[in-house]
Amino acid sequence: MESPHSDIVIAPPAGDPTLELREVHKSFGDKHILRGVSLAVQKGQSAVVMGGSGTGKSVLIKHFVQLLLPDQGEVWALGRRVDQLEGDELDRLRLSIGYLFQGSALFDSMTVFENLDFVLERHTRFSKAERAERIYETLEWVNLRQTALQYPAELSGGQKKRVGLARAIILEPQILLYDEPTTGLDPVSVRIVSDLIVRLRDDRGITSIAITHDLLCAEIITDIAFFLHEGRIIERGSYQDLLQSDHPMVREFFGP
Amino acid sequence: MQFRSLLREQPGFLNDVLVRTGDFALFVGEFFNRFWRPPFEGRELINQMDEAGTKSFALTAVTGFAIGIVLSMQSRGTLARFGAEAVLPNMLALSVFKEIGPVITSLVLAGRLGAGMGAEIGSMRVTEQIDALEVAALKPFNYLVVTRVLACVFIFPVLTIWTDVIAMVGGYLESVLSSNMDYRVFIATAFSSLRFSDLIVDTLKTSIFGFIVGIVSCYLGYTVRGGTREVGQAAMQSVVVSSLLILLADVLVVRISLTFFGGA
Repeated sequence: MESPHSDIVIAPPAGDPTLELREVHKSFGDKHILRGVSLAVQKGQSAVVMGGSGTGKSVLIKHFVQLLLPDQGEVWALGRRVDQLEGDELDRLRLSIGYLFQGSALFDSMTVFENLDFVLERHTRFSKAERAERIYETLEWVNLRQTALQYPAELSGGQKKRVGLARAIILEPQILLYDEPTTGLDPVSVRIVSDLIVRLRDDRGITSIAITHDLLCAEIITDIAFFLHEGRIIERGSYQDLLQSDHPMVREFFGP
Repeated sequence: MQFRSLLREQPGFLNDVLVRTGDFALFVGEFFNRFWRPPFEGRELINQMDEAGTKSFALTAVTGFAIGIVLSMQSRGTLARFGAEAVLPNMLALSVFKEIGPVITSLVLAGRLGAGMGAEIGSMRVTEQIDALEVAALKPFNYLVVTRVLACVFIFPVLTIWTDVIAMVGGYLESVLSSNMDYRVFIATAFSSLRFSDLIVDTLKTSIFGFIVGIVSCYLGYTVRGGTREVGQAAMQSVVVSSLLILLADVLVVRISLTFFGGA
């Protein structure tokens, strides 16, 4: 009989998940980062992947936009096999997914307005006036209308995150991926960004995965949580389920 | 002996060089696969030509002026020994237009543009801006690499001609100060044996040099992994590698042009 704390692969639930990984393995050289990860997120759910630093959380979500390809396993999003898409099909999927990078990844040679316009101009047939209207609406939504003409270097960390979020949602995606959305922010900014994530789920029905080790953010946004340790999902459930887990690594993460 | 000990101490060194060379070849192949396909990013190409061109005019002007004056000063004494001082403008024009102007201009631009592009794209890589372009289906290769390489290909000959002209102005000023030469005599003598093929071939070879600077700098920036230290190394290597390849390419181009167009 196996120990309850042995490496258990948690199988995804049945149904038709919006986002799914099936037994994904990923290595870089001789470092085996993901060792058979399987998870599923249903439509409209806000999922969180937690774990210590260097456990492969960023590597995990990059598979959903084909920034990385798995060595083994399958990656699914919106009913399509992501790791096998190419060309226009891949572009169409990527346009359905917004991605908020850990450092926001704003284009620093462009103003806030231009950062958003850059995406809109290339992917829509809006007129200049229509694009401006959409941009200001989106900036209003993240409470940053007044920063439109500023450059990223002039913004605070929290403002950069919100502009990054504005750029991620400007094309009204169905899915959002957040890579450490609140890292480096003060508690007030953590709440602001976390509340925005919840609003996106509630107001727009967006399905999302956030990777984070910020407990406050996780507590606010989680519908379903996964705990990643040494390349495997060792626990899954609600935030409270993880908080009450018996697994020693999970307990060590959450502290006393 | 030294090479053997290098391989012993760093057995992966040769492997790394071969891998990197192969990777670079694939990158060049990707450029030729993409540059003629949409998205064409015309506006960004013009931006890059402006960045590379108009902001290099002053630097190349100073370079040209210095080349002209120094070459004229250095050559005058040597030619005077053979009683051939009168052909100085001719010698100056042939040297500047055929070789010194194109090569020196390209090396100077390798320093300015190569370092700038390597650092800029490298910074974008480490701050995930290139990944952001990728996930937004914005084709970062076309937007960042194709535009910059083509800008260099188009701009290098233009700046070379500019440098050459300023070099001749510098040479003329030196001639006026040294021997009070009339400008009509200077111009007539300077261009008396300069052929059209000299101008065309030796100016257009700078398009090849421009391609080298663009593709090497973009490759080194695009493939940065790490942090600010690696970005700095990419910028430095962009200059060094581009400069070396320019000099090697010049040998090849001169050899080929002499074969097809004959000697001076």
